Amino acid sequence: MSYSGTALGLRMPRSVVSRRAVRILLYALVVFVFVMPLWTLIATAFDGVQVQLGQVALWPTKPTIDNLTQAWGFGVGRGLLNSVIVVVVALTLQITVSTLAAYALARKRFRGASIVMVLIMATLMMPEEIIAIPTYLVLGKIANPFSPGGTLINSYGGLILPLVGWALPIYVLTAFMKTIPVELEEAARIDGAGDLAIFFRIILPLCWPALGTCAVFGFLMIWDQYLLPLLVAQSPDLYTLNLVVTGLQSSQDLSEGIRMAAALVLMVPSIAVYLLLQRFFTRGLLAGALK
Amino acid sequence: MDRTLTLVQDARPDAAPPQQVVRRRGGIRISPWLFLAPALLAIGVFKFWPTVWGGYLSFFNVRPYLGNLWIGTANFTRALADPELRTAVLHTGIDTVATVCLSMFVGFFLALLLEGPARHLRFLRTAVFLPVVTAMVVVAELWGTLLFPGQYGSVNGLLGDFGLGPFPFLSSPNSALASVIAIQVWKSAPYDMLIFVAGLAGIDRQLYEASAIDGANAWQRLRNITLPGLRPITTIVLTLGVIRGLRVFTEIYVLTNGGPAGSTETTITYAYNAGVQNNDIGYASSIATLLLVVTIIITLLLRWWRGRVEAR
Repeated sequence: MSYSGTALGLRMPRSVVSRRAVRILLYALVVFVFVMPLWTLIATAFDGVQVQLGQVALWPTKPTIDNLTQAWGFGVGRGLLNSVIVVVVALTLQITVSTLAAYALARKRFRGASIVMVLIMATLMMPEEIIAIPTYLVLGKIANPFSPGGTLINSYGGLILPLVGWALPIYVLTAFMKTIPVELEEAARIDGAGDLAIFFRIILPLCWPALGTCAVFGFLMIWDQYLLPLLVAQSPDLYTLNLVVTGLQSSQDLSEGIRMAAALVLMVPSIAVYLLLQRFFTRGLLAGALK
Repeated sequence: MDRTLTLVQDARPDAAPPQQVVRRRGGIRISPWLFLAPALLAIGVFKFWPTVWGGYLSFFNVRPYLGNLWIGTANFTRALADPELRTAVLHTGIDTVATVCLSMFVGFFLALLLEGPARHLRFLRTAVFLPVVTAMVVVAELWGTLLFPGQYGSVNGLLGDFGLGPFPFLSSPNSALASVIAIQVWKSAPYDMLIFVAGLAGIDRQLYEASAIDGANAWQRLRNITLPGLRPITTIVLTLGVIRGLRVFTEIYVLTNGGPAGSTETTITYAYNAGVQNNDIGYASSIATLLLVVTIIITLLLRWWRGRVEAR
């Protein structure tokens, strides 16, 4: 141990090797804590040997897809279909609506623009869970055009429409469109392009990184919905996968393997979307706490 | 596509600009309000209407089929005097503060450990981030199993190897809230990590080199360069965490449904049970309205504080 000459004399000469060993140990610990639980879910889902209640498999011994096929029979298939319908329609509407709004907010000057922006941003202070019960009551007042006499309660419309207006994609897209040079637009105008031509031929093609951000955040937000379907979906035909999976939890006679298989079906799509669109993720990371 | 086509048609009568404008700048111009209309409709109907409607119903005894009965501020005075609601609010507060602080601490540690452009670090960051993108229902389901009470539970088995436990975790009123907090930290710390990583990347590397030449040690560099450099981003982590904490529902509902013995009851699970199980819509609306007011006040305070930090 020699004095290394720092201001406080605190730095100990440590061998590079032991330092690297500590780092690798910490990596292992971190992976164990954050990844191992997810791995046990997969292992248990494919495990051919029934594990005891409360236990999980570390490795799928006698791997099988029996658990998956059995879970499918308990409504997982229908739940997955419903969840996919909801996520595809809601995300398409969410992004379409947000892109149109962002174009006006980023590119047009008009009276009331700042008020509109304030109103949109104000919705960030109204988290869905907090206004869920009044939202449910409002859905009960809106007639469902596809079922005479019915309301949006217990319909796909009720599961989808409350998710369409979301401040985050509007904010992300507006901020992004503002960075597109105005000169491009002006040049197109001189060539006789109208608003729609500019929107579709110039703004949209340049926006795809921001659209990627909106897609991944929107998907995760919609896929994670729980309280809204819990209130809206009353017949099992409409249960989203989230509801099916928690429904299986309460039936204690099902094996851990079947319940983990159902949870796995719910887990895979969101992880896949994240891994595919990962590079767009950081842009939206800070947007939830906008100024 | 349909939507935009109708927009054009709607646009023509009122938005058709005077001829000379068209000639000068070309193309059809559409009122910005038509671009905004779908978004404003969606937000108006499903955000503002519920907010206003919930506030309005707070003043009523809501009786399906019998008509609503105006009862003034009775729901609010009842809420403020309700000892169970007070406990639920206290739990929400404890849960929010503990989760925000612990996630930030763990997230910061993860960021220091895993920050950097190297490929293996990027891979590790992606792996550690997976809990964030896993649906809350899956997380609750998984941890509900792993934290099975008694010595045969997975986590208890692991801790037993070190001579610890067995712990009751979610099944005892003394440890249920702490267990829920631990699960929430597991899911949110990697999110905080990624924000901190973005913040660390923004700190000027030359500062580290200069301080190393001046002989500063690792702790001094952390205190005098890293932490001050991260201050603006820390306010963002805090804001996001607090909003996340106030709206907590899914994990509580799935894991414990407020139990055992009300030890994990939070504001929204309490409002849900009042509204859906007890069918007391007016009371549930008043709780939601109060929570909304509190959320708005806290969000505005945090924004004001962030403005001050960033201005510094």
